[in-house]
Amino acid sequence: MTAAVPNSAHEIRDAISKGDASAVEVCRWYLDRIQQINATLGAFRAVAAERALEQAATIDRTRPQLPLAGVPIAIKDNMCTRGLPTTASSRILEGYVAPYDATVIARLQRAGAIVIGKTNCDEFAMGSSTENSAFGPSRNPWDVDRIPGGSSGGSAVAVAARLAPVALGSDTGGSIRQPAAMCGILGLKPTYGRVSRYGLLAFASSLDQIGPMSRSVHDAALLLNVIAGPDPADSTAAPEPVPDFTHALTGDVRGLRIGVPSAILDEGVDAGVRRAFAVSLDVVRARGATLIDIDLPHARYAIPTYYLVATAEASSNLARYDGVRYGFRATGGLPDAAAALGGPGGAPSGPMDLRSMYNRTRNQGFGAEVKRRIILGTYVLSAGYYDAYYLKAQQVRTLIRGDYETSFERVDVVATPTSPTPAFKLGERLEDPLQMYLNDVFTVSANLAGLPAISVPCGFAAPSERGPQLPIGLQLTGRMFDEATLLRVADAYQRDTDWWRREPVVANPNPESRVPSYFSKAFTRSPQDTNT
Amino acid sequence: MSNPLTLADVERVAALAHLELTDAEKHTFLEQLNEILGYAQQIQKVDTTGVAPTAHVASRHSADRTDELRPSLPVIEALAAAPEPALQAGLFKVPRVLGGIE
Repeated sequence: MTAAVPNSAHEIRDAISKGDASAVEVCRWYLDRIQQINATLGAFRAVAAERALEQAATIDRTRPQLPLAGVPIAIKDNMCTRGLPTTASSRILEGYVAPYDATVIARLQRAGAIVIGKTNCDEFAMGSSTENSAFGPSRNPWDVDRIPGGSSGGSAVAVAARLAPVALGSDTGGSIRQPAAMCGILGLKPTYGRVSRYGLLAFASSLDQIGPMSRSVHDAALLLNVIAGPDPADSTAAPEPVPDFTHALTGDVRGLRIGVPSAILDEGVDAGVRRAFAVSLDVVRARGATLIDIDLPHARYAIPTYYLVATAEASSNLARYDGVRYGFRATGGLPDAAAALGGPGGAPSGPMDLRSMYNRTRNQGFGAEVKRRIILGTYVLSAGYYDAYYLKAQQVRTLIRGDYETSFERVDVVATPTSPTPAFKLGERLEDPLQMYLNDVFTVSANLAGLPAISVPCGFAAPSERGPQLPIGLQLTGRMFDEATLLRVADAYQRDTDWWRREPVVANPNPESRVPSYFSKAFTRSPQDTNT
Repeated sequence: MSNPLTLADVERVAALAHLELTDAEKHTFLEQLNEILGYAQQIQKVDTTGVAPTAHVASRHSADRTDELRPSLPVIEALAAAPEPALQAGLFKVPRVLGGIE
C-alpha cells in the first residue's frame, strides 16, 4: 500500500483529480498509519476519522478540480476547527470544541483539503520541545527518546513520520521552523500579515503567524497559495497581492545574494550543525548564488527582546481564560500538598466567590511554563518596570528590524542554521527555562522583524560520538512579503540534495495497543466540563 | 548583579494576573524568573536614545466596513462550551460576586 499512496500533497491531488487514486483510500491509509504508530509518537491529540472519511467520499463522488482535493492535512491544536476539539494542549481548554473555523481551516476546506486530526503542541504554543503539552510530549521519529522541537512538534512529527502528507503550524518565535528542522522536514513562517490569524488562539499577537509544514517546497508553496491573503476578520492580514508561489520554483538562483552573519554563528552552535550549514551554502553557491558576509549587530539581543515582548503580549492574551465562557473551571482548592495540609499558600476547598474561582481555575488550568510567562509578562508591563523592560525591548526590536533592512540593501536572503543544536533528549532542559529559550537564538528575529523565514532539511549530525544521526535545518530569512524568493532558493537546494526525501523508521513497540486512548473520545467532552 | 525580583513581587504580580500560586510554585518561579530577568538585563546596554518603539510590524491599512447588522454566533452555541451555562436565561453562570462566600 505504501507504494500506492503518493508521498506529497500535489501528487495526491493529481492522482485523485485524475481518478488514479481514491480519496477514501488515501485517507484510510493515513488513518491506519496513525493507529499503528501515533501511540509511540504522540503527534495527534485528536483524530477526525469518521468525518475525514465522509469528506473523502464526497471528493471521490464529485472529483472537484481543487488545489488540495482529497489531501489529508494535520492541524496544530491551537487553530479553531468547528466540531473538533481545540485545546492548544492546555488543561484549561480540555474538552473545548470550537464553534467556528479559523480562516485558514475554511480556506483549506474550500480548496478540497481534509482535516485528518489535531496535533500536539507546547501549551498555548509556549515552548521549544512540546514537553509543555498538558497531555504529554510528542517524540522525535528519528529517536523517540528525543524531543521533536516545538511548539508545533506534533505537526512536524506527523509529516516526518508520514502520518499526514502536510500540516499547519504556528510560529511566534520559531515554532514552525525549529521542529521542522529537528524532524527533517520543511517549515515556512510567512511574513507577518500574509496569513489571517482569525481563529488562531493568540499567544503574542504582534508575532504569531500560521504557516505550512511539508516535505517538498512544492507542497509548501501550494499550501501558502491557499491560506494566504487578506481577511475581513483579521485587520492585520495584509492586502498585499498573493502570487502563485509554485511559479517561483524555477531552480534558478544565479546572481542571488545570500547574506551570512558569520559573527553570530560560532558561539553555542554545535560543530555538526556548523558543518552541515557550511556544506549547504556551498550547494546553493554551486548553482550561481553569491555569499556575502553581513553584520546583524543587534542579533545578540534578540532572545531577551523576544521573551520580554512575547510574554507581555501573552499575559494580556491569556487573561480571557477565566473559567466562565469555555473550558475548565476549578471547583476546589489547590491540588498540592500545601493545600492538603491547609498550610500557607494552600486554600481550603469548598464554595468560593468569583475571584477565587478565577485564581484557582488559572492555577489548575495552566501548566508551569504558561504561568511563568504570564507572571513575567505581567511584571514587565506593571507600573515602574514598563519603561525598563517592555518599552526598552520594543526599542531594541526597532534596531533588530533595522539590521535586516540595512542588510537587505546588499543581499536577497539571510542564511543561518535554524537551531544551534540537533534535537535534545526529553527532560534535558525542562527544569531550566532559560536554557530552553536560548535554543530559539536564530529564529526569534524573523518574528520580531515580521519577516518571512523558511527551514529546509540540510543534513544530519550526531549530537555525541555514539549518538544517533539527527536532522539539521538551514534557515533562510527574506524581505517582507518575499516568500517567493525563499521558496525559490529552498527548491533549488532540494533539487541538488536528498535530505528531504529521507524517512525515519519508527518501530511500533506495542502493536496490540494500536488505538490511542483519545482516539474514540475525539468528539466527546471530558466529564469535568459537563457539570451543568 | 542583584536579583531584580523579590518574593513579594511574585505574589503581587500573580495577584494582578489572577493566578493563585502554591508556596512551592512561588519559590521556583522566583528563582527561574530572576535568572531570566538577569539575562534580559543585557538589553540595558543598548543605546536606544531617540529610537522609536516597535509594537507592531503590520503595514497600516483601513479595516473599516459599513455598519450593518450581520449574523453572529447563536447564543446557544456560544454557551455550549461554558462550564456552567444558564441555557434558559442565555447567560454564563458564575459564583457569587458580592458579599463573601455563600
